[in-house]
Amino acid sequence: MKPVRVVLVDDHRLFRSGVRAELGSRVDVVGEADDVPSAVAAITALVPDVVLLDVHLPGGGGAEVLRAVLPKLPDVRFLAVSVSDAAEDVIGTIRAGARGYVTKTISGADLTDAVARVADGDAVFSPRLAGFVLDAFAATDAPSIDPELDALTQREREVLRLIARGYAYKEIARELFISVKTVETHVSSVLRKLQLSNRHELTRWATDRRLV
Amino acid sequence: MVAGVARGLADHIGVDALVVRALFVILAFAGGAGIAMYAAFWAFVPVAPQSLDDGGVVGYALGRRRRGRVGRDRFGDNGQYIALATVAIGGVLAVQSLGLGLPGGLLWPLALTGFGAAVLWRQADDAQRTRWRTAVGGQRPRLTTTLAGAVLVFAGAGTFLAYHAQLGQVRNGLLSTAVLVTGIAVITGPWWLGTVRALSTERRARIREQERAELAAHLHDSVLHTLALIQRHVDDPREVQRLARGQERELRTWLYRPSSDQERDFGRALERALAEIEDSQGVSIDVIVVGECEIDDRLNATLQAVREAALNAAKHSGSDAISVYAEIEPSKVTVFVRDRGKGFDMNAVPEDRLGVKESIVGRMERHGGKAFIRTAPSEGTEVRFEMELK
Repeated sequence: MKPVRVVLVDDHRLFRSGVRAELGSRVDVVGEADDVPSAVAAITALVPDVVLLDVHLPGGGGAEVLRAVLPKLPDVRFLAVSVSDAAEDVIGTIRAGARGYVTKTISGADLTDAVARVADGDAVFSPRLAGFVLDAFAATDAPSIDPELDALTQREREVLRLIARGYAYKEIARELFISVKTVETHVSSVLRKLQLSNRHELTRWATDRRLV
Repeated sequence: MVAGVARGLADHIGVDALVVRALFVILAFAGGAGIAMYAAFWAFVPVAPQSLDDGGVVGYALGRRRRGRVGRDRFGDNGQYIALATVAIGGVLAVQSLGLGLPGGLLWPLALTGFGAAVLWRQADDAQRTRWRTAVGGQRPRLTTTLAGAVLVFAGAGTFLAYHAQLGQVRNGLLSTAVLVTGIAVITGPWWLGTVRALSTERRARIREQERAELAAHLHDSVLHTLALIQRHVDDPREVQRLARGQERELRTWLYRPSSDQERDFGRALERALAEIEDSQGVSIDVIVVGECEIDDRLNATLQAVREAALNAAKHSGSDAISVYAEIEPSKVTVFVRDRGKGFDMNAVPEDRLGVKESIVGRMERHGGKAFIRTAPSEGTEVRFEMELK
């Protein structure tokens, strides 16, 4: 199998070298960048399969990179990596176009898995992100504008609950008697709703959580 | 009433303001000495800084005069202007009755000018106090009052000129004055603007400095302290892990959580209880809480049972990572505690081991809830807690 070509974007050199050392042979780090302009330049020049993107970056943050690159190169997949647990950071980056979110404490093996999954076009949810999504979609009193996008199905909710409980996709599949592929489909569908739903409470919810 | 001199003095000496006022009035008839004294006090004694509690002003230095109350109402303000106007009119009448022979055409403009000037100066006092008060959201000096004062002064001066000189000359005079004033405004304008900007820049800088100091204090108390401890425990990985994890949790709470004053919230209480286990057992526990509600007796029992399960997982499972997920719905609370450790055979647990049966399952059932344990050797353990909400 051809290794996944990855560009690392993070302003901490130590973290970049750590990730480089931890990522397995399935991943080939082809470039690095430490701020928004250099990231945009590197990604545009190298066109990698996956970008590991730090949420907090000098020059506007990870969301700025997504906004600059995605319109030109829609096939590049982004996986957000951050130490931040703030809902607005997490939801904001996903809504800007990242296909997943993991925290920096993730193990090397799990990160490699996540990169491979994102490279395949699937979504990667950490337990925390799953919790945020459940919370955000539960907190709805306002009538929805687009029922298809504005609510989760029962199955999607179950999958998210299991992710929040710390289950891996394989374990979820076994638990629900479905295939891993189906789990991935559900998660991707949740991601799409998260990105496309016009429900403005989604963003407001994320901000409110911080301001309460 | 006019400028608060009497009250300031009264406060300082410790007698009623009315007494001081009466004294001033009596002295005023004694050849105008009272008026002169009042004016002198007004001009030379600084206004007492207002303390922040309502009306609590301390005239701590000799002769500090105090004026009005904090948050003085409109009537107080207007009362002062009425007093000022009365003084002006009274002064004119007094001078005329004394028969000093001053023509009315000179006297009335003088009184008018004096009244306007008094209003302006009084306003300046207000501005000074406003600066002290900005911290508690004080009001700005009122533009209308300032304008009214200015108009009065100009009207007085104009009347005076009009009476004593030809109208044409007045026009010329006014015109040249206007030109001059405009010129001065144009020339000094940038300087004024600069001063105002410098002031606000300085204030912003001060606020930033305060925030920085607060941040530095926090980092010093927590992060630097932990880093020092970690360096002293380099040969004990478990302790290092425990310290790092504890510090991470604390910093996260500080950065991303609003001040957790909701002591009664179930989710927060759960996070706190599990944080204690993290600290004492040196494992990491990921806690995800969806929703929130107030804690009651049954939820308190749930909390204790969850705590027991997490403690068991930390002590016996051999897994160094535990996941806890709590979902609070309108009608019930569900909590999952999961480890990926060695698990155990439920049937092989001896009858006398009270941990699981009593403090987890039994406790939940006594309070009308349920607990389910799912485990098998080398499969890890997951305990599910369910509690209906009333």
